[in-house]
Amino acid sequence: MTTVTMDKAGPRRKVKQGSISRDRAWALRWSYFFLALFAIFSLTPPLYMLITSLKGSAEISAATNPWWVFHPTLGNYVELLTSSQFLRFFWNSAIVSIVVVAITMLISVPAAFALARMKFWGSTALATGVFLTYLIPDSLLFIPLFKMFATFQDWTGVQLLNRWYVLLLVYPTLTVPFCTWIMIGYFASIPKELDEAALIDGASWFQTLTRIFIPVALPGLIAATIFAFTVSWAQFLYPLVFTTSTDQQVLPVGIITTLIKGDVFNWGQIMTGALLGAAPPLIIYAFLMDYYIAGLTAGATKG
Amino acid sequence: MADVALRKVVKRYDDVEAVRGIDLDIADHEFIVLVGPSGCGKSTTLRMIAGLEDISDGDIMIGGDVVNDVPPKDRDIAMVFQNYALYPHMTVAENMSFGLRLKHYPKAEIKARVTEAARLLDITDLIDRKPKQLSGGQRQRVAMGRAIVRNPKVFLFDEPLSNLDAKLRVQMRIEIKKVHQKVRTTTVYVTHDQVEAMTLADRVVVMNKGRIEQIGTPNELYHKPATRFVAGFIGSPAMNFIPCRLEDVGGTLQIRLTDRIAFPLPPARAARYNALPRTDKLLLGLRPEHLTESHAHLEPGVETFDTVLDVTEPMGMETLVYFGLDGTPVCGRVNPNAGAKDGAPMRLAMDLNNMHLLNEETGVVL
Repeated sequence: MTTVTMDKAGPRRKVKQGSISRDRAWALRWSYFFLALFAIFSLTPPLYMLITSLKGSAEISAATNPWWVFHPTLGNYVELLTSSQFLRFFWNSAIVSIVVVAITMLISVPAAFALARMKFWGSTALATGVFLTYLIPDSLLFIPLFKMFATFQDWTGVQLLNRWYVLLLVYPTLTVPFCTWIMIGYFASIPKELDEAALIDGASWFQTLTRIFIPVALPGLIAATIFAFTVSWAQFLYPLVFTTSTDQQVLPVGIITTLIKGDVFNWGQIMTGALLGAAPPLIIYAFLMDYYIAGLTAGATKG
Repeated sequence: MADVALRKVVKRYDDVEAVRGIDLDIADHEFIVLVGPSGCGKSTTLRMIAGLEDISDGDIMIGGDVVNDVPPKDRDIAMVFQNYALYPHMTVAENMSFGLRLKHYPKAEIKARVTEAARLLDITDLIDRKPKQLSGGQRQRVAMGRAIVRNPKVFLFDEPLSNLDAKLRVQMRIEIKKVHQKVRTTTVYVTHDQVEAMTLADRVVVMNKGRIEQIGTPNELYHKPATRFVAGFIGSPAMNFIPCRLEDVGGTLQIRLTDRIAFPLPPARAARYNALPRTDKLLLGLRPEHLTESHAHLEPGVETFDTVLDVTEPMGMETLVYFGLDGTPVCGRVNPNAGAKDGAPMRLAMDLNNMHLLNEETGVVL
């Protein structure tokens, strides 16, 4: 008697993965590879800043491995935070950014509402015009703006140049057009019937804006707020041009002008200052990230 | 509550006249339905009554007052939109009470009105939900609730059931009718669905190309259409229009449909059409239910003829049969047990007591 033994699993068959899932696996591998590459690329500078900020001056100038801290110290932080100048810059930056955000929202939200909804003669051209102003680079605008403020001072005797509050007038030229544009896209995506329903319900245009449009377009509003804050906080050229006295300067310019003395670079404190300066936008992003992303995508597809 | 009147109302967009001078009187408590194909001007008319569109010419009166330049909020109207237009960030109760809150009504009264409307519409359990948590039918109820709590002079409905599936549409149609029976507010309702128009309306206004074709009760429109457009628009399947001419044969007036088919007219019809010139190009208008299978005992005025069916459509309670008369497609309705089959010959009966005669060129029903 012969016995035939068979593999329990039955005849062997070559297991073939579906081509779609195989494609997907490869796509994921490539995605992770490039994401990792990008993460390294963008996180290296902050890491370098952090490492340098924890070093003393002697260690920074010593020819040791720049990617390692041999004698960690918080000296840079203590020195910077106890110097009145840094806190003054920080305070100036904070107040300028917050007020600019407020001014921007106060102008761009009603402007966007009017341009998106209250159809009037030339509203479409005006909406395009608003966007075009955003395309003019600040490096072209600062000279005429400077001249304007100088002339204003000649005529009225009111000094705006070299005062921190001049930035409250200048920054909105950057933030208002873009925020208005974002909000136009948002408001346009709200169905027309919603304001008609509000109109019939007895709401004025202002009530329709405050009680219907702003709550419904809140993600867009947050996206615009973050944008305005980031632009104000990180702006370098305008404060460099318009403010010269140390007590009038904001953080990005203040750090550069006070911590670089001739050809002497106080690298430890520069890095510390930059790191501390990056904190507020980072904190705001972290809290509002979900809204921000929702805001950007909605604005992109519906606007 | 109030009556509504339109006097020579015109709406022009640049060079295009969307509404061409319409006159309409809507009585207090009446349920009027504006019906017509896309672009006939029905929605524009409704929006002009609401104040959402300016009128180019004429007058609109609500409760006897001309409201041409009165903003929507001061017209004391409420509107239900096709896509509901609920405020997405507010709960059902907040949506319903928004108008009252804007007008600073006392809180107790707002609550009482919202509760009453919610009870009426059977949405009491949903009162704290947001619109996105509701189904299409529920959203439509909330939209109606928002209109009801305001207790306005006039309700305006702009194709409110178009976004619902067929079954829900029938259900909501009945709901709307029930609500109107209870609330009795003057209502103007726009739809492109003639079944909705027929089932809901006290009177139907059929519009076409910016003009009113005919105003009448659903029965009047169905049985006594004034024009070919109305005759063809109201009723499903649509009325048949068969080219024909009148002939005098041996002292009786007869209608000739094809070379081999001609019938004597019943006396009442013969008297009515006798004065017509025999040379006119005419159309015989006949509804499918007046083209049935032949019986042994036929009433006077019902004539039979033989034809070959092209297509049959069994609908359960009836079978629709399609055939041609000299190239004109014709539809009839026969008993499902009459043995109608695709491609088979069949003897059909034509009820000329219910016929209409139309002038082919003008489209007027004679």
